[in-house]
Amino acid sequence: MTADAILSTSGLTRDFHSFRAVDGVSLNIRPGSITGLIGPNGAGKTTLFNMIAGALRPSSGQVFLAGAEITGLPPEALFARGLARTFQIPRPFRRMTVLENVMLAPPAQVGETIIGALFRRRALQEEESRLRDKAMAILEFMTLAGLADQPAGKISGGQMKLLELARALMGDPKVILLDEPAAGVNPSLTRILIERIEELNRKGTTFVIVEHDMDFVMRHCDPVIALAEGRIVFEGTANEARVNPLLLDAYLGASA
Amino acid sequence: MIGLISYLAFFATMAGILAIAVLGLNLQWGHTGLFNGGVVAFFGAGAYGTMLLGGPPEPGQFGGFALPYVVALGGGILIAGVVAWIVGLLTLRLRHDYLAIATFGVAVAFENVTRNADWLTGGARGLRGFPRPLEAAIGDTFLYGLFFLGLVLAVLLAVYLGLERLVNSPYGRVLRAIREDEVSARSVGKNPTRLRLESFVIGSMIMGAAGGLYVSFYAFVSPQDLAPILTFQIWAMLIVGGAGNNRGAILGAFLIWGAWTLSGFALSRFAPDAMQLYTGSIQYILIGVVIVGMLMWRPQGLLPERVTKTIYQKGAKKGSVIINKEVI
Ligand SMILES: Nc1ncnc2c1ncn2[C@@H]1O[C@H](COP(=O)(O)OP(=O)(O)O)[C@@H](O)[C@H]1O
Ligand SMILES: [Mg+2]
Repeated sequence: MTADAILSTSGLTRDFHSFRAVDGVSLNIRPGSITGLIGPNGAGKTTLFNMIAGALRPSSGQVFLAGAEITGLPPEALFARGLARTFQIPRPFRRMTVLENVMLAPPAQVGETIIGALFRRRALQEEESRLRDKAMAILEFMTLAGLADQPAGKISGGQMKLLELARALMGDPKVILLDEPAAGVNPSLTRILIERIEELNRKGTTFVIVEHDMDFVMRHCDPVIALAEGRIVFEGTANEARVNPLLLDAYLGASA
Repeated sequence: MIGLISYLAFFATMAGILAIAVLGLNLQWGHTGLFNGGVVAFFGAGAYGTMLLGGPPEPGQFGGFALPYVVALGGGILIAGVVAWIVGLLTLRLRHDYLAIATFGVAVAFENVTRNADWLTGGARGLRGFPRPLEAAIGDTFLYGLFFLGLVLAVLLAVYLGLERLVNSPYGRVLRAIREDEVSARSVGKNPTRLRLESFVIGSMIMGAAGGLYVSFYAFVSPQDLAPILTFQIWAMLIVGGAGNNRGAILGAFLIWGAWTLSGFALSRFAPDAMQLYTGSIQYILIGVVIVGMLMWRPQGLLPERVTKTIYQKGAKKGSVIINKEVI
């Protein structure tokens, strides 16, 4: 781990029985960057995300967030520490409204305990109106405000991806892991998504983005890290990635 | 006339008690997605707990502390909570179908204990209870029936209002998030283990309260009162009424208890003699048919869950009213 990385891993490895999905991955994410993580299907990108975000225990290796070791901490603890993620296949709370999906995210709410919910009505209502304003502002930012009262299960897949990002933003995260945010999303929503990511990034949020769309990665991500069969096979700038023969053969060529 | 009123009061007392238990199940299943297949065990823990604490001492029998009614009932509720807490710690990590099977097993084990632990539960004989609260003071049986109905309805109302407060708050919002998608809820910082356990324990304590009221009404409890069918009846009430909707839960309790009572009457009057032995079984089948039919044709129940319902809307209305005043 290097001192100036906001997020780093060291020798991160995950076995599924005898199959090694992620194999000794050590990486350093520069604060304020938009790092692209590429690699063919099954390369281990999602598994790597899951380990970083605490959803999956590493078989070995370590994870650090802002210098502190977070290996093995559960996802709920990491969200409170400023590490948020979205899912490759969106996971909204389907039978809840879009607004509720977003409002519930901030940790340690007064009304989230039994005592608070039953007896601290005044504090709770104040908090709720504050959260509602914040949630509406974020939904506005993600162009979802018009859908605030819709059940989240009824909106389109692309809107669900925006919703997941909105939900993550409620926790004011320092680092956001996005797993294939543009996959299956129509071009106009993708454009909104990219604009929003770049705007947040300008304000200091660090992103790590798994993406198949090479155009997306080359244009918006720097640096680029490539995984294949669980290992890092390339690390460099987008321009270097573009001309790297290894990537062209193994991955870019295949998808082009 | 008095006879009819007193019968209706009896009917409503039973339905009201069951409605309390259904509200407890609604917190677990309707709002948190916890499949409790052993409702009867928690109802029973409250029932036996209340009896042991409030009943008269008897030779060779544990319990019989003859505590004041409120203390006995509160203790019964607490015992149901402790049982749920232990069961919860052991099973809530097991999800979904595993939890259903494990809680079903707990109910079977509970019934076995009530049948065989004579020193504790009186075995098949059961436990004799204590005088019903304020019965001597009120005297008249007709009036007392109405009084007890009032007591049950008061508890039902209190449980309903408390739960409405809880589930319409951010707390309920988080429970529903866990129900919808646990992985997702954890990714935004929620701790499903704690919340599940809390919901399971509170729901079970509410079932225990129903059990405590039930046995204090009959002043008697035996394993017969805790047949597995009770779990299915309570589930049928929730599914028919509408999981996730507290009013639906109450409606379902009264409807199903009405249907159960009427079908019992009808069968005992009109079924041929040869069939009389089986009327109970026919009712079991009817309950099964109602559950399956409802799940097939109207799985959301008669009063479905409403999608938008947390507190912020009330807050919003209040806020906008104030703003309007300022504008005027
Ligand atoms: N829970 C699991 N059990 C067994 N194998 C898994 C599991 N999750 C992922 N894998 C395997 O690990 C490899 C990497 O998967 P994944 O991380 O999803 O790849 P990517 O996101 O790069 O497409 C794949 O071969 C996949 O089949
Ligand atoms: Mg993946």
